[in-house]
Amino acid sequence: MSMVVRVKQRQIAQLMSKGKRLDGRGLNDYREIKVEMGVIEKAEGSARVLLGKTEVLVGVKIEIGEPFPDTPNEGVLTVNAELVPLASPSFEPGPPDEKAIELARVVDRGLREAKTINIEKLCLEPGKKVIVVFIDVYVLNHDGNLIDASAIAALAALVNTKMPKYEVEDGQVKVKSSYTPLPVQNYPIAVTFAKINDKLAVDPWLEEEQVMDARLTIAIEKDGKICAIQKGGTGYLTREQISEVAKMAKEKASEIRKLVVKE
Amino acid sequence: MPKAEEKLIDKEGLRIDGRKTNELRATKIGVGVLGNADGSAYIEQGKNKILAGVYGPHEVHPKHLALPDRSLLRCRYHMAPFSVEERKSPAPSRREHEISKVIRESLEPAIFLEYYPRTSIDLFIEVLQADGGTRCAGVTAASLALADAGIPMRDLIVACASGKIDGQLAVDLSDAEDKKGEADVPVALMPNLNAITLLQMDGQLTLEEFENAIELSLEGCKQLYAMQKEALKSKYATVKEEVEE
Repeated sequence: MSMVVRVKQRQIAQLMSKGKRLDGRGLNDYREIKVEMGVIEKAEGSARVLLGKTEVLVGVKIEIGEPFPDTPNEGVLTVNAELVPLASPSFEPGPPDEKAIELARVVDRGLREAKTINIEKLCLEPGKKVIVVFIDVYVLNHDGNLIDASAIAALAALVNTKMPKYEVEDGQVKVKSSYTPLPVQNYPIAVTFAKINDKLAVDPWLEEEQVMDARLTIAIEKDGKICAIQKGGTGYLTREQISEVAKMAKEKASEIRKLVVKE
Repeated sequence: MPKAEEKLIDKEGLRIDGRKTNELRATKIGVGVLGNADGSAYIEQGKNKILAGVYGPHEVHPKHLALPDRSLLRCRYHMAPFSVEERKSPAPSRREHEISKVIRESLEPAIFLEYYPRTSIDLFIEVLQADGGTRCAGVTAASLALADAGIPMRDLIVACASGKIDGQLAVDLSDAEDKKGEADVPVALMPNLNAITLLQMDGQLTLEEFENAIELSLEGCKQLYAMQKEALKSKYATVKEEVEE
């Protein structure tokens, strides 16, 4: 840890011990969240999420493909994340690195384990033809907490997706002119906490991420169940901190979910 | 819904391999098993067979990655092509990349990296046979390999998973249980500091089930920790015998 970071960590930790943060938020406050759907016309579904200054764009593309041999009756869901170099001086061009792979896999885990999409309904011809849903996460500006922003954007993009109706006749897939939404049946929301000097704060922004010891992400389904967890960072958590995060995450998730699902 | 023939827990409360829900698989641990590595360990947990080797602290390659104030810990978790039912391509998958990262982050809190600035410590975990819970067994072996290399540590790290199968919580899931089960919660622990350094989950659990699953994982960690210490001690007992001869 460089000198500057160490000085900053002390400052942030002192503030947090008084329940305050550098940007004026309380420890359990998110930054302002804005969700905009249908921003890319060529994609079957898309959403742009602003989480403070963090900006993530997710596009959903639909294709016809083959199922995995072990799940012949299920459609395929894939998540990829690109940390585009224009989003941060710390991002470099090239194939996804460890950070991008982790981001994609955590977003994927939340969506998959919550059975967000009823993938059995994406089967056209068992063992031969199924609908493949590509979810591509594009980070446009990195100001911390990419996981939560990407998870919200991915969910919003799926909710926004309209795919063509397909019909199978004699082994040939025919595309009809009408459109149908994806069979979305759950709404998982990821909530991330940063641990800095034994204090927890939700939705860490970049300044806080740079000095945090560890982070803990918990994804919560619409019925309040936990569907995915990921600890990150080079520090540790205590048993009590995990329980605290799990409880808070449940509360926060239901607040955020209202921004994506308007009931 | 799981079908009748897919029962993971029978009427007597026993699992497919005959274990109780709170019982670990048979585990064997060896320390100092590789000739060239600075430190190494081997673990067999059920059908898992995993080797961990440590090189370093040594000069960093490429040099520009060197850190001015501490050692660079690098970790590679890798599965052998023959370790699973269907041959796995030897190229590292996205899963292996992610596991390498979470394992590194689970070990880093324990190591005094600041003692060795401008060096690297390279850790390799090779899964020779996989049967569920390889990341945890990998962590357990890797921490012994680090200790075997003589790298100063705050504590050992031990990892164990628990999960939900047939609606019940159970410790140390096998591959079949993990695949058919409802949830999996791997946890890594520094037992003397009570610090949790790895925590993941997939599947569906209520808040209460999750709390109980962590307790079950931690209980498993404590049992494995006793075996870890034994393995480390027995290596030095052998060395002592050789010296005295």
